[in-house]
Amino acid sequence: MKVLVPVKRVLDFNLKVRVKPDGSGVDLSNLKMSINPFCEIAIEEAVRMRDGGGGHVAGAAKEVVAVSFGPEQCQETLRNALAIGADRGILVKADGEVEPLAVAKLLKAVVEAEKPDLVILGKQAIDDDCNQVGQMLAALLDWPQATFASRIVLHETKATVTREVDGGLQTIDVELPAVITTDLRLNEPRYASLPNIMKAKKKPIDVKTPADLGVDVSPRLKVLKTAEPPKRQGGIKVKTAAELVGKLKEAGVF
Amino acid sequence: MAILVVAEHDNALVKDSTHKVVTAATAMSGDVDVLVAGANAGAAAAAAAKIAGVRKVLHADGATLAKQMAEPMEKLIVPLMANYDAVLFCATTTGKNAAPRVAAKLDVMQLSGIIAVEGPDTFVRPIYAGNALITVKDEQAKKVLTVQPTAFKPAAEGGAASIEQIAAPAGPFKSAFVSDEMAKSDRPELTAAKRVVSGGRALGSAEEFHRVLDPLADKLGAAVGASRAAVDAGYAPNDYQVGQTGKVVAPDLYIAIGISGAIQHLAGMKDSKIIVAINKDEEAPIFQIADFGLVGDYKILAAELMAELTKAGL
Repeated sequence: MKVLVPVKRVLDFNLKVRVKPDGSGVDLSNLKMSINPFCEIAIEEAVRMRDGGGGHVAGAAKEVVAVSFGPEQCQETLRNALAIGADRGILVKADGEVEPLAVAKLLKAVVEAEKPDLVILGKQAIDDDCNQVGQMLAALLDWPQATFASRIVLHETKATVTREVDGGLQTIDVELPAVITTDLRLNEPRYASLPNIMKAKKKPIDVKTPADLGVDVSPRLKVLKTAEPPKRQGGIKVKTAAELVGKLKEAGVF
Repeated sequence: MAILVVAEHDNALVKDSTHKVVTAATAMSGDVDVLVAGANAGAAAAAAAKIAGVRKVLHADGATLAKQMAEPMEKLIVPLMANYDAVLFCATTTGKNAAPRVAAKLDVMQLSGIIAVEGPDTFVRPIYAGNALITVKDEQAKKVLTVQPTAFKPAAEGGAASIEQIAAPAGPFKSAFVSDEMAKSDRPELTAAKRVVSGGRALGSAEEFHRVLDPLADKLGAAVGASRAAVDAGYAPNDYQVGQTGKVVAPDLYIAIGISGAIQHLAGMKDSKIIVAINKDEEAPIFQIADFGLVGDYKILAAELMAELTKAGL
């Protein structure tokens, strides 16, 4: 089985988000960029499918291919995925924001060339918070989907996936090939070891353009402005629990 | 403009979030119809017809729609869009699962989790877990949106819309429902709770986490949350995690106990109406956004808070 894992380069989740004073976007200059946490979980799961662990039999997957869409620096994100254990990478170079619909179309072209049995990807990126690409890709391919996965059991021709839904868990079967998107509880990604980081540098990354894949990536939506959310008023310190309950009563909580 | 709202329901009841999405649809100024897709969902369709401002309810009933899975929902909704300019889903796991499939089939870019309608084609939505808000113009011929229900007031009852039966899509589909395992807790669900009590790493152990938080949560009828640090330390299960990579909550009351307030935690709870922080470090960043801060030993303060709540009749 071949597994394709799309990964996205985003602002590191520990960093503070700053809106540019002119409202033209979020300031990303000179800030640390990292692999999107949900994408890291997807890579980890795919590598376990190949090497065993996390309930998977070693050899369930034969090859793990990571793919990223964006600027040249996405090479680093791909190297990160290769250090966790992906076998090779594909970079589709695109400047500027690529909307989820365009990413899904690019991915469809990659899927048609690579013919994976499974595409596993993060449920959402922590920058645009769209939560769309996996579902859109499944629709474009007419494949089944299992979003927000917290457990994946692979069988011969299907996967049984437990999904994190509002209020609990839902388990579904999807015929392969399928698209699965990862939620937080699926696994805990490993830290890439130094030898694996060195090894990752020698793994191949194939570079393409959207034109090579025949996809128009021009945006459909117009962002008029980016703003800071309304600031919270600085509050007060209270001295005792009794005073706190009094304040909460005044505020109409009880 | 004709707008279709996809109802959030459990076949018997229409959830309050549907009323909120109807409010968002009404703000786009158009005729608002509601789709109730389910199995034996006549009661839900009847309830949807009573939402004020709804023109018509489309009721599709069949076994394939029992769980409102993404594939049958796509097959049902895409052809309906010949008659509509926009379709609005609730930004719940059900809505988020199906909406992008519909958008891709219509060759439309979706807007996720809108929190304000500024005009028929202009919307505000959060990015970076709410750390920035973007205003977006969507001029596509068909619009597909998911709506953050907590951002809108529910539409009133008192409507009398007609109900039109439409066919459910026939299978087979490549995905099949196996089982549900809904949390059996008496506590409310974290993302929908009106009150949340959260604990951090300062609590020191899983036993201490539950010893301190469970009684407070029970007293307040609150859900229990945790910081990422507490989850990583194993004090609380992963699905308790409030934060950028966990759950985003916006209750009326959020009580943070022993949580210092890392950026990624604040991103998940800063839209709460009232934030209370209990922490021994008076420099902790959580105090910068807390409405009410109590500095001191959580062991003593949590016990005192319990006693005061009891005194207050809770």
